[in-house]
Amino acid sequence: MLTSVWRWLTDGGHWQGETGITHRLLEHLQYSGESLLIAALIALPIGALIGHTGKGKWIIAVANAFRAIPSLGLLFVVAMWFVSRLTGDSAYLVPTIIVLVILAIPPLLAGAYSGVSEVDPAARDAAYGMGMSGRQVLANVEVPCALPLIFSGVRSAALQIIATATIAAAISVGGLGRYLIDGLANSDYAQMAGGAILVTALALLVDGVLAVIQQLTVPGGLRTTSVSRRKQRAAAAAVESAHAA
Amino acid sequence: MIRFEQVVKQYAGGTTAVDNLSFEAPTGQITVLVGPSGCGKTTSLRMINRMIEPTSGHILIDDEDVQTFNAAKLRRGIGYVIQHAGLFPNKRVVDNVATVPQLLGTPKAKARERAREVLELVGLPGDFADRWPSQLSGGQQQRVGVARALAADPPVMLMDEPFSAVDPVVREQLQDEFLRLQRDLGKTIVFVTHDIDEALKLGDQIAVMRVGGKLAQLADPAYLLAHPIDDFVAEFVGRDRGYRALTFAETPPLPLATEATVPLGTTPEQARAATDDEWLLVVDKDRPVGWIQPHVIAAPIESAMLHRGGTVARASGPLRSALDAALSSPSRRGVIAADDGTLLGTVRAHQVLQAIEATERPEVDKADIAPQQTSEHVDLSLDK
Repeated sequence: MLTSVWRWLTDGGHWQGETGITHRLLEHLQYSGESLLIAALIALPIGALIGHTGKGKWIIAVANAFRAIPSLGLLFVVAMWFVSRLTGDSAYLVPTIIVLVILAIPPLLAGAYSGVSEVDPAARDAAYGMGMSGRQVLANVEVPCALPLIFSGVRSAALQIIATATIAAAISVGGLGRYLIDGLANSDYAQMAGGAILVTALALLVDGVLAVIQQLTVPGGLRTTSVSRRKQRAAAAAVESAHAA
Repeated sequence: MIRFEQVVKQYAGGTTAVDNLSFEAPTGQITVLVGPSGCGKTTSLRMINRMIEPTSGHILIDDEDVQTFNAAKLRRGIGYVIQHAGLFPNKRVVDNVATVPQLLGTPKAKARERAREVLELVGLPGDFADRWPSQLSGGQQQRVGVARALAADPPVMLMDEPFSAVDPVVREQLQDEFLRLQRDLGKTIVFVTHDIDEALKLGDQIAVMRVGGKLAQLADPAYLLAHPIDDFVAEFVGRDRGYRALTFAETPPLPLATEATVPLGTTPEQARAATDDEWLLVVDKDRPVGWIQPHVIAAPIESAMLHRGGTVARASGPLRSALDAALSSPSRRGVIAADDGTLLGTVRAHQVLQAIEATERPEVDKADIAPQQTSEHVDLSLDK
């Protein structure tokens, strides 16, 4: 079994062409990246604003409720709605991205919200007291201080998206999910297992890249002490577990 | 000058945090707002820079109502120091301090240059500027907080319990340095604390507030200790207030006795020849360093053999030091020194007490015996 999976993965022929692994990997990355970008553009500003103003916390609760929706079911519903309205590839691609965006919004929203709202009240008070406007406080103090939690939200969302993007293959879109769906249909277990390994590897790789970006962008003062690191880890774990629940 | 005119702050629930507060904080002086928790002292402070808006009344800085300014612009012209420093953890110390100059439009490089100057002023020179706030101790963070408030050189500073979160030793050090700094800078400062000792030490003028946001008494420290206006203030000012008031009384010329002295290194024989008394004062380059018992020693006098219990008072210092020098001296003779530390002579406790009895106590303000109270109080005025 293991050797057949290894053979499938290392067969140069499987990496080339329209249905090759390289192409599928890039497709997978493309859907995931687009979804993450759209979700971040929606959720991060809203989350930060809710944290900044303290108003609209119900939005966080509603977004969390969305986590209960089964992705595959949602995908079929959205796809059926779009299939009569769009033509060509986008009839399947747009529903896929919508589902992935909906999936990614809750962790992003929670990260941005808790990151901003948990900024040291004394620092916020000092910022206003020295004459910063609300916008300056948000941009110069709250968002930089929230970066560790924003990043844990982004990483959590990225993992979710990459894992779930495989179901796009169920409505005949590309990506690494093809190997799972097609492998299942043809009883080609080496292909299925190979696809699963590729998805896992991609998720870990992307998480690693994001971790490096986090190290480079989070201000040094927020990661120097072991205490603050522990706090960040605890908060990140809270975001993860909230997501899992 | 900062002036409160019948300032009231009421919250939606109906609680009154500040009740009809009127007083003046004079230019170039430290006015301390002191009182138990819930007396509205912090609320009063935060209304000056409009972190809290009053329900009614006016606060004027140099005769201009703070309400006429844009709140953010007003705050950039007022130094603000808070209890836990509130440094921005995402910015290095130098950039924390450069915040207000940058908000005022100073170019970054120049603002940082100014920040380094101010950091040096508060005792954080060199590489402290490049650290992160999380790498500093509590006392150092508070210094940065003060530096940050001073960076744009505002004429007015608001300080909300700036030294209360650090340990007592560091607190005393910060207070001393703060006073030294203020002597040079002469800012108009409103300072909030719950600690009456801090208020007495730092305040040129002290406003004692009672729960419910009412001003109980406004006076300088010596007056407050001598004439607390009622039981509340008397209890708040605390025990030993008669003795503590001596801190604010200058020492008059005391009848100093010439004291026999010997330098360090004196042999036991020489020491015994120098005095008939049980105790002998030892000096080092004319500066008193300690007492010794000539009949007890067996070797030439060295520093480790000295009795260190006695304090040395400066002739120009407060009466409290002179009395303490007499009370603490093992020979019962209090050591009095000149400003350069050289010995002037000794004085006995009863002589200091005589001097104390001869000093004038702050005269009682007539208004304090017959306070002009609101209608709910009985008018006890005598001169009607």
